Amino acid sequence: MTFLADILAATFRNATPLVYGTVGETYTERSGILNLGIEGTMYAGAFFGFAVAFWAGEAGAGAAAPWIGLGGAVIVGIVAGALMGLLTVTFGANQHVSGLGLTIVLIGVSEFINRQFFTGSTLARIEPMALWDPLAGLGPIGTVANQYGLTFLAFIVIVPAAWWVLGKTPLGLAIRAVGENPEAADVAGIDVFRIRYIALMIGGALMAVGGAFITLAMLGTFTLDIIAGRGWVCIALVIFGRWRIFRGVLGALVFAAVFSLGLRLRITPGFEDVPNEIMLALPYLVVIGALALSGRNVPYPGAYLKAYRRT
Amino acid sequence: MTLEGRRATETRVGRAGLIAVGAIVTVLAVTGAAFVIAGANPLDAYVAYFVAPLTREFTLLETLNLATPLLFAGTAVAIAFRAGYWNIGVEGQLLMGAIVAAGIGQLVHGWPSVIVLPLMVAAGALAGAGWALVPALLRTRLGIDEVVTTLLLNPVALFVVQALLHGPWTDPETGFPESPRIAESAEFPRVAELVPLIERSRLHLGFLIAIVLIVISWWILSRTATGLRVRAVGLSPHGARFAGIKVERTLLRVALVSGAIAGIAGVSEVAGVQFRLTATISPGFGYTGIVVAMLGGLAMPGVLLAGLLLGDLTVGANSAVRSLQIPSQVGAVVQGTLLLVVIGALALYRARTRREEERPADEGEPPPDEPAGLPPVEGAPR
Repeated sequence: MTFLADILAATFRNATPLVYGTVGETYTERSGILNLGIEGTMYAGAFFGFAVAFWAGEAGAGAAAPWIGLGGAVIVGIVAGALMGLLTVTFGANQHVSGLGLTIVLIGVSEFINRQFFTGSTLARIEPMALWDPLAGLGPIGTVANQYGLTFLAFIVIVPAAWWVLGKTPLGLAIRAVGENPEAADVAGIDVFRIRYIALMIGGALMAVGGAFITLAMLGTFTLDIIAGRGWVCIALVIFGRWRIFRGVLGALVFAAVFSLGLRLRITPGFEDVPNEIMLALPYLVVIGALALSGRNVPYPGAYLKAYRRT
Repeated sequence: MTLEGRRATETRVGRAGLIAVGAIVTVLAVTGAAFVIAGANPLDAYVAYFVAPLTREFTLLETLNLATPLLFAGTAVAIAFRAGYWNIGVEGQLLMGAIVAAGIGQLVHGWPSVIVLPLMVAAGALAGAGWALVPALLRTRLGIDEVVTTLLLNPVALFVVQALLHGPWTDPETGFPESPRIAESAEFPRVAELVPLIERSRLHLGFLIAIVLIVISWWILSRTATGLRVRAVGLSPHGARFAGIKVERTLLRVALVSGAIAGIAGVSEVAGVQFRLTATISPGFGYTGIVVAMLGGLAMPGVLLAGLLLGDLTVGANSAVRSLQIPSQVGAVVQGTLLLVVIGALALYRARTRREEERPADEGEPPPDEPAGLPPVEGAPR
């Protein structure tokens, strides 16, 4: 029972960055933009979130420092989304290459600033965000609910809100319209360019928060290769989720469950001889397998990968 | 040429110039800012990054040396992208080639090089193609987006490398997570041994293989029916299918060739540079290959030039770490910025030109399509 509770708790924790990333990517793709900048945006969110929190801490922000860092990550994510918009929406450049280039630049800038300001004799650390334990004393349920604030925020606020905005509000309708049929949306009076920028900036902010969760809550420090392909996993989860918020979140939970189980098995008797790396690689293979089983004839957004030009 | 036609050409040239100036200013502003943050004089930094490596024989040859993996990776990416197959798994395919080279290299002590080297190259190519096979089959048989599957296999390949280095291949002498040194007969000969003019350089056989591959790829892509089919599939899969081209078969073959070239890149790094498998055998060559391919316009002469340019930049960035205390990571910033600005500028130019061409006055060349086209995802509504 404690084993199961531990795994479940770890699943929600490890799913959190993926949930932010997947919801963010769902927004950009529903507007017609495949944002492969997600890996770099999460990386930059992780790094700049940490850096801002560190400097805020130096300036005496105390317990508020990680939250100030989170604000920094959000701004970086919005800028990254806007940059993607400049390339793919305004200039109409190829989305695959723009996104990959953005990832290269964002990882490069993050590692450069890290090298320039944070590589000293001691490891730069911050006091990470605290766990919140609202159901303590309820045994295993309390264990599962012992999570970071950003995890509660993701599952209780962000996911339902993202679903509601995308499905039930004029903004969501506009995002889906410009992603399905920009010509028709334009005729209906929707500013295609503006809506795509908005979707990219919302998505970028969410991706960056997902990355920042790792440094600001889970680790309290920044290490190289910290995202380790989580952004690519989110791209796969969006397809697996068929561009629906809740299905994507479900995929994130499944991935995180496999990931957490693998980590846990490493310290379980009987599994010591299995190389760590197999456990680490397993979730990626599970995602590919899931895509192979369910990725046929998926309903791509109508204007997926297409730049819109007014003629 | 009519007066109107000439005027259109003139404004087009003027616009190209304007966009080019804007692109150059943007690159200088972004990279200059990075150099200033690093505490260096931007002018000194540009000289160190781009000019200095070309001024001495040793660094010039080192430029060719560091360009070698980028030439392989750029060729692998360009061939795939040209067919509209988004192989973003060159990184993982390269690692597979490196693993196989390190594995064979450990076993062949005492064998003659004449047998070992072709064996390693062939096995590495097979390994790279093998790593590319699953995403390619998923794409051509089930219509599953290869972008995601090729990307996801990159971390998996790195885990395989790490599993080997922390497990059976840990260097028995040092205990480091590095494979044992490969046999002497498995090392690529130095170009210095083949060409008497060059004395002091680590430049190796891999560079020559890369050049040969680029020439062959250029010839096939631009001078043969196979190349025409590949380009047709990339430009318009539906049109190609209508013309009787077997699109899926073409894509599958392109994917395997791309993976094979990536695998040879891994062999070249193990047999020519490191002489063993290390966890950092590829500092992202697969991703830099995308930069090379795009800067080179997905054409082989361009790939050659772009590969050499980025080799130059890498040598410059490495030496500027010591001479100007600029962190080597700035090299990646410069590369990425170059890529984004170039594709942004090209897209802007195309969009403006196309708009003009849609007016009836100018019936010149047909509007140039995106070189790589859109990936024809099966089952996707178009």
